[in-house]
Amino acid sequence: MAVSQTHLSALSPTVHKRRINRDLVIAIVALTPSIIAVAIFIYTFIAWTFYVSLANWNTSVVDYTFTGLGHWERMFNSFRFQMDLRNLALYALGFMSQCIVIGFLLASLLDQHIKGEAVFRTIFIFPFAVSAVVTGVAWRWLMRPDTGINLLFEQLGLGFLKSNWFSDPTFGILFVTIASSWQFSGYIMALYLAALRGIPAEVREAAQIDGCNTWNLYRHIIIPMLAPVTFTAIVLTGMGAIRVFDIVMVMSGTGQAFSTDMLATHMFEQMFTANRFSAAAVIGSFMIILSALLVVPYLLSVRKEQEQ
Amino acid sequence: MKTNRKFTRRQSLKLFGFGATGIALSACAAPRPATQAPGAEQPAQPAADGGKLEIFSWWTSGGEVEALEALYKLYREKYPNVEIINAALAGGAGQGGNMKAVLETRMIGGDPPDSFQVHLGQELIGSHVKAGRMEDLSDLYASEGWNNVFPKGLIELASYEGKPYSVPVNIHRSNVMWYNTNHLAEAGLDKPPATWDEWFDYAEKLKAKGIGALAVAGADPNFSAHVFENILVATLGPEKYTGLFNGATAWDDPGVKEAMDILLRSHEYAQADYLSVAWGDINEVMTSGKASTMIMGDWTHGLFKSAGFKDYGWAPAPGTNGVFVALSDSFGLPKNVKHRENVINWLKLCGSREGQDAFNPIKGSIPARTDPDLSKYDDYLKQTIEAFKTNTIVGSIQHGAAAPQGFVNDYDTIVSTLLASKDTAAAMKELVAAAKTAGLSK
Repeated sequence: MAVSQTHLSALSPTVHKRRINRDLVIAIVALTPSIIAVAIFIYTFIAWTFYVSLANWNTSVVDYTFTGLGHWERMFNSFRFQMDLRNLALYALGFMSQCIVIGFLLASLLDQHIKGEAVFRTIFIFPFAVSAVVTGVAWRWLMRPDTGINLLFEQLGLGFLKSNWFSDPTFGILFVTIASSWQFSGYIMALYLAALRGIPAEVREAAQIDGCNTWNLYRHIIIPMLAPVTFTAIVLTGMGAIRVFDIVMVMSGTGQAFSTDMLATHMFEQMFTANRFSAAAVIGSFMIILSALLVVPYLLSVRKEQEQ
Repeated sequence: MKTNRKFTRRQSLKLFGFGATGIALSACAAPRPATQAPGAEQPAQPAADGGKLEIFSWWTSGGEVEALEALYKLYREKYPNVEIINAALAGGAGQGGNMKAVLETRMIGGDPPDSFQVHLGQELIGSHVKAGRMEDLSDLYASEGWNNVFPKGLIELASYEGKPYSVPVNIHRSNVMWYNTNHLAEAGLDKPPATWDEWFDYAEKLKAKGIGALAVAGADPNFSAHVFENILVATLGPEKYTGLFNGATAWDDPGVKEAMDILLRSHEYAQADYLSVAWGDINEVMTSGKASTMIMGDWTHGLFKSAGFKDYGWAPAPGTNGVFVALSDSFGLPKNVKHRENVINWLKLCGSREGQDAFNPIKGSIPARTDPDLSKYDDYLKQTIEAFKTNTIVGSIQHGAAAPQGFVNDYDTIVSTLLASKDTAAAMKELVAAAKTAGLSK
């Protein structure tokens, strides 16, 4: 290849050079507006948010005086923020595991070439088209202590199964993840289904000829082959957990003693109820750092794949 | 196998991009409805040359909407060429949380609504006046003669450095106990409990019948904080209560401790599902008979009326007889509004006897003016008008009259945490620190 290229450029050096230049110019022209937009609207604002978190802007009067890390220290020492971290851990655990397990199970079941597959696929992915607010309201009613699921249990004589659901003062947040997973699992299913369809039939056939049973086929071949998709699913659901706002706000509110409070709801109240812009910026910056911890390894691994 | 792996990863990256775009789009879309609120007035014929008037409020429930509409009707009669845009946004956390968020964004962004509802006192002063975003209304007060018809204390609440910045349209009483008259009769009482001791006796009787004594919306931190401020008034008395906001009373006063103990004990008698109830759904707890008493402001009167609920009575919150915990809704004039002339006419109407007498009987509040036409008000409101004249007036914390927003936020957080931790010593320590941060005490 290299040889032929040298050969070609030796034949017509000017034509080749001009084409490279033109490609380069077009590429620059095409990319510049979005590079500028991204630089201003994403990175500049991220930097600005970090700066505000170090400033002294604690009323509705704008104040950019630099004060250092005081707001960060106060935030990390506050009870509400510590509850947010606890809730984030619980929420992420519940949301990520449900989405990935349910999404994978649904995808593998759909992959069995069943009748009416398109119908089921539509049904499973449909909740993804419903807004989080609608999901939250519907599940809020389902999980009200005196109506919905509890009433159903009672009518069926299963009263012992009754629960406080999202209003449980300790683990209420886990029940919110049932609603959000209901909404998001279909999307994860679509990811897995696309990947399962990409696995050539020969792989399965070869394994079966070698005497591999279904369990081992999934355990040792399919699931490892789906690892990249699982990685994507972890990043997606993890991001979803870090910035969740709407469904919590609609469904459970911040809960007693902030048992269902999340970083974003806390940030919202610091900003708009208390007018503490610097404190809100601390939470915002912290959310950016958490997201970066998830996304940067992902992007690096994708780049490595592409280079190979 | 190699190519296949690569394919799936790239594929998933694409899907990731799709998801991210969708999320970004939905994030952009979220604040949109703010500018075009539901129920915006759209007359068949656009106004000829009078321009527009955008009024921003959190009045969206029954009673509130009708009251606001009564004011609009008067305005349209006087200024038929002006098109009113009713930008009302539901309250959220029971005190205009969502509306305040949109308002804050628009004020900072330099796109203020022509006029907006705001609680008189620190909510207006601390959030908007100190930031230099409101016009001084001294001239309007002088030309309309308001200095003589609004109570002096109220004008002081509306003022910063001696200049008034908004026009109070009503006064609400926050320390009212609403009670179910049937439950009271069943328990064999002929009058509602007047002190917390009596209340706890009553609560015990109700407990035996399986009825919650206190209606509580536990899903929002602010509801119990509202109850707590009324207990504070009971244990401290009006003078020491007011002292909480100027440093004369410490937030670790024994009266505060006593109030916390009462708060914790009262919540043992809350209705069974209280942790899942949001502030917006609290009236249903009362109308369905799940709880027997509720400590809530007197907007409840209008809401009960419009819900068709009749079996209720009212009394001052336990231990607060003779004290009027007040809050007031008002409208102001932001700087650089698009239709300044129309806003000034609006403010004149809000402050007029005619406007206040049209608005308040429907809203279930009393007029801020001292010269109302009493024949327009029902029994509850007549009693309240009388009480406002004779009682000691103090400001509400929760409703923005007594303390700045930053403190209210801390106060809500501390009360909500106290309900779970039951650690009164820690809560008092935090209240002392919060008061210091907010500049309420040294």
